[in-house]
Amino acid sequence: MMLEIKNLHASVNGTEILKGINLKINAGEVHAIMGPNGSGKSTLAGVLAGRDAYEVTQGEVTYEGKNLLDLAPEERAREGVFLAFQYPVEIPGVNNTYFLKAALNAIRKHKGLEELDAVDFLQIVKEKMKLMEIDESLLNRSVNEGFSGGEKKRNEIFHMAVLQPRLAILDETDSGLDIDALRVVADGVNKLRRKENAILVVTHYQRLLNYIVPDFVHVLMDGRIVKSGGKELALQLEERGYDWVKDEVERQPVQA
Amino acid sequence: MSTETNTIEELANQEYKWGFVTDIEADAAPKGLSEGTIRFISAKKNEPEWMLEWRLKAYRHWLTMTEPRWPNVRYNRIDYQDIVYYSAPKQKKQLTSLTEVDPELLRTYEKLGISLQEQERLSGVAVDAVFDSVSVATTFKGKLKELGIIFCSFSEAVREHPDLVREHLGSVVPAGDNFFAALNAAVFSDGSFCYIPKGVRSPMELSTYFRINAADTGQFERTLIVAEAGSYVSYLEGCTAPMRDNNQLHAAVVELIALGDNAQIKYSTVQNWYPGDKEGRGGIYNFVTKRGKCAGKNSKISWTQVETGSAVTWKYPSVLLQGENSVGEFYSVAVVNNYQQADTGTKMIHIGKNTRSTIVSKGISAGRGQNSYRGLVDVKKGATHSRNFSQCDSLLLGDKCGAHTFPYIEVKNTSSTVEHEASTSKIGEDQIFYCKQRGLSTEDAVNLIVNGFCKEVFRELPMEFAVEAQKLLGVSLEGSVG
Repeated sequence: MMLEIKNLHASVNGTEILKGINLKINAGEVHAIMGPNGSGKSTLAGVLAGRDAYEVTQGEVTYEGKNLLDLAPEERAREGVFLAFQYPVEIPGVNNTYFLKAALNAIRKHKGLEELDAVDFLQIVKEKMKLMEIDESLLNRSVNEGFSGGEKKRNEIFHMAVLQPRLAILDETDSGLDIDALRVVADGVNKLRRKENAILVVTHYQRLLNYIVPDFVHVLMDGRIVKSGGKELALQLEERGYDWVKDEVERQPVQA
Repeated sequence: MSTETNTIEELANQEYKWGFVTDIEADAAPKGLSEGTIRFISAKKNEPEWMLEWRLKAYRHWLTMTEPRWPNVRYNRIDYQDIVYYSAPKQKKQLTSLTEVDPELLRTYEKLGISLQEQERLSGVAVDAVFDSVSVATTFKGKLKELGIIFCSFSEAVREHPDLVREHLGSVVPAGDNFFAALNAAVFSDGSFCYIPKGVRSPMELSTYFRINAADTGQFERTLIVAEAGSYVSYLEGCTAPMRDNNQLHAAVVELIALGDNAQIKYSTVQNWYPGDKEGRGGIYNFVTKRGKCAGKNSKISWTQVETGSAVTWKYPSVLLQGENSVGEFYSVAVVNNYQQADTGTKMIHIGKNTRSTIVSKGISAGRGQNSYRGLVDVKKGATHSRNFSQCDSLLLGDKCGAHTFPYIEVKNTSSTVEHEASTSKIGEDQIFYCKQRGLSTEDAVNLIVNGFCKEVFRELPMEFAVEAQKLLGVSLEGSVG
């Protein structure tokens, strides 16, 4: 098992957002977490990546046999946990390629691999650029600075392609994208699907899942996963909204 | 939140790497300042009578002046009678080549990473190394001589090129210009002199490495650069000082003269004098007057500075734009950490028509550091159709430091335009988290973000200097964000 979340509780500024999450992800699987606004989707993504603002109050997260919650954010990243940000951050004056090279070398160093020089690195970048259909100008600009919404999301997936994480968490990667941009981003993600990697897609809408077809869909409501199923569950949600799940949940007791 | 402050504090805990003392016998004047001290210095240097007179005149004027209190910095009053005004490493005889230089001195330079032999052989940088008060070795002199370029210590220039020195000395920064400039004029012990003849482009970067070594010695060096019509020179200045508990005064004067039409001078400084310890004890007082004059048409003077050291910095590299279409530039990165204070900026005085100036100032404050930008853009009545663009950005690391901006703008005609942009930002927690999520350590993240912030200035530096400046920035801010 790659990731196992057991009874995870987390709060922000004293308010409990996650109220007992249980989730298992194996290598090669794509899981989708869906849910209405405010259900805790982004909090879950943030807790897994190690964002400071969240306080884990209960539960455990095991990643590749290690206690994930014990690791600093950069250690998680070096161990192969990648978060595609809902709002990618701008870093003025820092060249995107230079930034990625520093990141990749930090990861390689952690794995005991030799750091790449500029020439070797550029070769990787060029290859991934083609794969992701990324414009070269994106490489020479400052990290996310002045990027359009679509460019930012594409850049996130490009980072993912270069860094090759074991577990990629896509936090609302579809938000703010028109249908063409969505397709490009989704194509990029699909090209990165491997049997040794796992992807956790966090999304409000079903439409992204038309392109990134998940193996499992989980419905998150009020800090708990209330329903899990296959890809057809996403379609049901698309058709009927979240209310019917809510009704169903209210009729039967929540599983612990 | 807490993470950020922690890192700031950790970065601040880096020890001063260049804090070692070289053990050599010094030939020093007794402590204190009087006409006698000045005569001692002048005699030590075998100066002509006019030079001594110039010094004494400056000294007498200095006695009538009071130390300025307007900068936004605080420090204990300086006891001018408690300073050694002259300290020279004892030498047995006149040196003709590097092989004769005291090996102890050479080792000091090697620790600083500027082995002179190596510089001479490999790097193509001519270094005039000032060790305390006397120039120890001047390299590449021969090569430059062929082109008619004069690059030597100030003392040598006074002896060998008295007419040039007499004509230009004090023509941009008069002896009585301000309190510290007057003090420098009275007691300056050495420095660099550089003359580029008409139409000559200096084939290499000229460089001086200053270093304060003996305890309680003020360093008062003086640099004079004269560029004739159509000439170009790029000059690099780097400074380090060993660790000392008492504050040491450094009051230098730099005069640049772009004399003829199309003359260009580019002056770059990387300053990492000892900044004092974590509690704010010790460190250098860096009170420097730097000014350039664009006398020729289309002439250009460009100042680039990276200031990471000194306990207190007080300097405003300025340009007098006299010649029509002349250009003044000021690019600055000033870093304060722990208890460092900096009040720095520039003055652009537009006198000629169609003159242009650009100011880019990047202030970084960490720890309990206080950083002030103070700049004057003065467009005179006759400077029609002149333009200025100023950009002042401040970056704060942590919540105990400060950034201040004091822009002064005076425009006396209606055809000129002046633009001023200013911003203050805190290094973002979200930026640091983003970097960490990609695998970078907090320290690397801070370095990356800060270097990105300074990029517009760093790209003005000559290549090898830019690399050094980036490293220096990293060292200065190490441990300053968590």
